Amino acid sequence: MRMLGRTAANLFWLSRYVERAENMARLLEVGYRMSLTSRREGGASEHLISMMQAAEVDEGFDAKHELADVDTVAHYMMFDPDNASSVYSCLQAARTNARSVRTAITTDMWESMNGAWLEFSQIKPRDVRGAKLLGLLQWVKQRSHEFRGALLGTILRDDGFSFLQAGNFVERADNTARILDMKYYVLLPRATQVGGDLDIQQWTLILRAASAHRAYRHVYHDRYKAHNIADFLILRPEMPRSLVYCANFVQQNVDALAKIYGRKEQCHEAAESLLSLVKDTNMEAIFTDGLHEFLNEFIARNNRVTDALSESYNFY
Amino acid sequence: MADKTPFDEMYNPDGSVREPYRALAGWLAEQPDKALALMQTDAEAIFRRLGITFAVYGSDEGTEKVIPFDVIPRIIAANEWRRLSKGIEQRVKALNAFLYDIYHRQEILKAGRVPEKLILNNAAFCPQMMGLNPAKGVYAHIIGVDIVRVGPDDFYVLEDNLRTPSGVSYMLEDREAMMLLAPDLFHRSKVAPVENYPENLRRTLESVAPDTVRGSPNIAVLTPGIHNSAYFEHSFLADQMGAQLCEGPDLFVDGGKVYMRTTTGPEQVDVIYRRIEDDYLDPLTFRPDSMLGVPGLFDAYRAGNVTLVNAPGTGIADDKAVYTYVPDIIEFYLGEKALLQNVPTYNCTDEDQRAWVLENIADLVVKEVHGSGGYGMMVGPTATKAQHAEFRKKIEARPDNYIVQPTLDLSTCPTHISGDVAPRHVDLRPYVLIGDEVRITPGGLTRVALKKGSLVVNSSQGGGTKDTWVLED
Repeated sequence: MRMLGRTAANLFWLSRYVERAENMARLLEVGYRMSLTSRREGGASEHLISMMQAAEVDEGFDAKHELADVDTVAHYMMFDPDNASSVYSCLQAARTNARSVRTAITTDMWESMNGAWLEFSQIKPRDVRGAKLLGLLQWVKQRSHEFRGALLGTILRDDGFSFLQAGNFVERADNTARILDMKYYVLLPRATQVGGDLDIQQWTLILRAASAHRAYRHVYHDRYKAHNIADFLILRPEMPRSLVYCANFVQQNVDALAKIYGRKEQCHEAAESLLSLVKDTNMEAIFTDGLHEFLNEFIARNNRVTDALSESYNFY
Repeated sequence: MADKTPFDEMYNPDGSVREPYRALAGWLAEQPDKALALMQTDAEAIFRRLGITFAVYGSDEGTEKVIPFDVIPRIIAANEWRRLSKGIEQRVKALNAFLYDIYHRQEILKAGRVPEKLILNNAAFCPQMMGLNPAKGVYAHIIGVDIVRVGPDDFYVLEDNLRTPSGVSYMLEDREAMMLLAPDLFHRSKVAPVENYPENLRRTLESVAPDTVRGSPNIAVLTPGIHNSAYFEHSFLADQMGAQLCEGPDLFVDGGKVYMRTTTGPEQVDVIYRRIEDDYLDPLTFRPDSMLGVPGLFDAYRAGNVTLVNAPGTGIADDKAVYTYVPDIIEFYLGEKALLQNVPTYNCTDEDQRAWVLENIADLVVKEVHGSGGYGMMVGPTATKAQHAEFRKKIEARPDNYIVQPTLDLSTCPTHISGDVAPRHVDLRPYVLIGDEVRITPGGLTRVALKKGSLVVNSSQGGGTKDTWVLED
């Protein structure tokens, strides 16, 4: 049975929103953790603000709040319906998308999504403070894992699967790129590779925000170094949140669509162009051309993938 | 009728258990304390997780409720069902013959068996359907017949639903839930299956595809969208049939043919099981302000390039005022006496009958001719004096807008009410499919009025549902 263009769009955005909810939870968790241990004056809110910048919700926050403390930031990133990227908004949007394509996803996926939304929507924001906040953030990540598990375990490997996967990895690529860009300056090569306390704290922040602080050790067997961190999150094919990993995944799924539909579309060019940016290159070359410029180019090409998919497969 | 104890489907007046309920009675007696309450909680969780919800109009936007499910099944004996299904089949055949006639030569009007004015001036009559020939001559492919029982052998048809009857997904999910909750009870009984409904629906839809279609027809379920109260059902049925679930904007008409917008471009649609009301189907033919429909759809239908299920204009056959004539309709087209009785209905436009109605309103049920869902109706014996007065005024102002019937003492079934088992009134909606043949799913949806003494079973008015068992011989 052919798929409606609307269904394809709903599937793509369904998994984008689930991934985004997870990323929001992770960013908030990191900001919160770091704010607890920051000894410098104003350091606490600085971490939280960094995380909102990475999530690109800082401007919306400033418009509503004067003070960035744990409570206001947590509420804005978790529960605020005015924040289109809050966990609340993401889960609601994901669930609405899932409901619209109820027939294109499996019962297990639907139950996972519906269950997550029903539980989350019952939570009263004022009951979530301190340890409870961390527990809830953990819960959000787990529900995202559960949904992904249901997806991988139950859905047919057809066009719908490829739209879901493409959405997931376009979103993840965007997230990693923004995390890097928020602190790109602490990753730039300097005369000395030995970082001070402040650098180490910033590096930890970056790695944690990408759930990469443990994996880093497994790959590099070394202390934190700016060069390695950038390499890990951009060019390491075994790191599931690195730009190259995500770009590869997007490319594979777009290829799968070409195979299913029997021809290539604009989105194949867009996906190839995204991948070409991170394939067959190294950190030295990226630093030479400018890390910040590189990340912005990556984000722009990643956005182009969404637009091209939408044009190629009649999203509406 | 209202004064004596209502007929109970499980217990005889002397307290002994009626034959079809034997196994259930034994099972109920064995259940430890709180077992039913636990099952009830489990059932609620199952339904919520599955997303089997409905939206209540008028309540907060976006609220979805779970329709209450009662864990005690309603049971119909094999011989009782045989009688019922014969009567239902007769009725749906006659109603389809009536629709064909009304939209062609109108013999029944010429013969004076049904008043011409009642049909031609009726809002549910669809002049655009005149002379149109739907595939296989079928107009109403999916019918839900509302039946009530008042005695061991007394069944009445309360109304025929020929537009877009809903609730069949509850019939199917109630069965699923019941099998999860009480598998041991199924072992003790021979229950006729209901789960082939989606397969039969698909067959029915395929059988009425336009003649020009070669191979397997492309079927779409047309829904108003996720905010519709029956959206769950629309997606459920599309899923179960392997049909495409579409909203208006997913379809378009080009050159008199209907297409869906797919990832690889337009694809022609052959059969549309539409769950959108007539008025909203096509803004070019019906309501111009409809955002839900598909412009040009009716022309494509008229050209025979797509089949609409049910056909537009079927509402003329389930109109509450036309209902009174169904026994005559059966006789006229089939030459047979009606096997199922109609509820006696008073005509308020007749002066004598109206006077009698106004006097006895406290014992009667008043329904708006075009009302549904339990809205705009009054049950005399449970209504207040003020409501009686209000409806007297309404009838006097617009006698043609109301039908009035005696209060039927609907049968009761044992129902789980907060830990106890108590009798509650029920009705029954069997689902009938009409295409190349008539297919009736054994049983149907039992709706139960959960409030003590209440006779209103609609889910929008606090009604619940029960799994309905037809026993096999």
